Amino acid sequence: MAQDKPLPAYEDIPGTLVFDSNRSRQGFWLNQFCMSLMKDENRQEFRADEAKYLDKWDLTEAQRQSVLKRDWNGMLQNGANIYFTAKIAATDALSFQHIAALMSGVTQPEYAAMMLAGGRSIEGNRSKSEKK
Amino acid sequence: MARIIAGVGTSHVPAIGAALDLGKTAEPYWKRVFDGYEFVKKWIAEEKPDVVILVFNDHATAFSLELIPTFAIGTAAEFKPADEGWGPRPVPVVKGHPELAWHIAQSAILDEFDMTIVNKMDVDHGLTVPMSLIFGQPDAWPCPVIPLAVNVVQYPPPTGNRCYNLGKAIRKAVESFDQDLKVMIFGTGGMSHQLQGPRAGLINSEFDNAFLDGLVQDPAALTKIPHLDYMREAGSEGIELVMWLIMRGALDDDVEQLHRFYTVPASNTAVGHIVLKNVAA
Repeated sequence: MAQDKPLPAYEDIPGTLVFDSNRSRQGFWLNQFCMSLMKDENRQEFRADEAKYLDKWDLTEAQRQSVLKRDWNGMLQNGANIYFTAKIAATDALSFQHIAALMSGVTQPEYAAMMLAGGRSIEGNRSKSEKK
Repeated sequence: MARIIAGVGTSHVPAIGAALDLGKTAEPYWKRVFDGYEFVKKWIAEEKPDVVILVFNDHATAFSLELIPTFAIGTAAEFKPADEGWGPRPVPVVKGHPELAWHIAQSAILDEFDMTIVNKMDVDHGLTVPMSLIFGQPDAWPCPVIPLAVNVVQYPPPTGNRCYNLGKAIRKAVESFDQDLKVMIFGTGGMSHQLQGPRAGLINSEFDNAFLDGLVQDPAALTKIPHLDYMREAGSEGIELVMWLIMRGALDDDVEQLHRFYTVPASNTAVGHIVLKNVAA
């Protein structure tokens, strides 16, 4: 990426990583690994020895660690897309709300209560400059 | 001549499918959602469409990052419910309408919409959840379905304006088909929701309701909403709403709103639903 290129306007949205071309290129193999978990035999192989299974994919060390540590935001920062990481959550038998709570830094009951109360408010969440 | 008589918009939240499949529809949390679809189930059973064109998005199920078609039309004779990691949903196989699907593909391509033609595709919750919400839980779906998958996973998705104009091209195609068919079009996805990162759980009811108003009264204004506004205001996954504009573009300028429903939440998402009928139909 050229240094003098201005950031796209969507980089101003807080707490959001738009899955653009840069992230897609960065995360291609990470997302391919996630995609492999669509098959039950692969899910079993992954569960049996995660590190060994990950060796099959051309991942950076940061990508590997983010998966092994289940650092859900870390995976996104390393180019994963949420629809792909959701397949790791399914492999772990975790509900989507469970990982949504982890990504937003609250407990699952807190997250569920926030959703029941109408969800996260847009007020204060539109742009990084607006967010204190 | 075939004609499009009505359009339906609905969210396609996967948890709704799970609630249906696990028999949780009577639980208060879910009953509130399913009650909003009682009207459409009765209405469509009376209207009996011959074919439904169902606009949806694949969620890294049939399409990985290996191949990312912007608009993909399903021309196969049938589409199997996909295994999304938990086994396929226990719903009927979706029967296609290859003749009309091919006709739409050809007509749209010659109209300068470069459609991808898909002869084999498993369909995920993006397609099967709307089917369940609108048709209930029959042993076989009551009519053939033409899946139209739109990329909204890899940025950038097609613009709202492009989607709206594709809707118009689909209408033109349907009206030039030589069989006498009653066609409906469903636009699915949305409404406001964000699944990723620290802003997960974002809901914007004001934006959603303005979008529903706009669908009825001034869809042309909605076609001007830039991607940035969808992502900022309706959440990174709220951009799925562009798919509703394909449905709207395929209808007359003047439509009658037969039903509208909005509730928060279903899992992480705002649920919106609208039934629009061509005034002239």
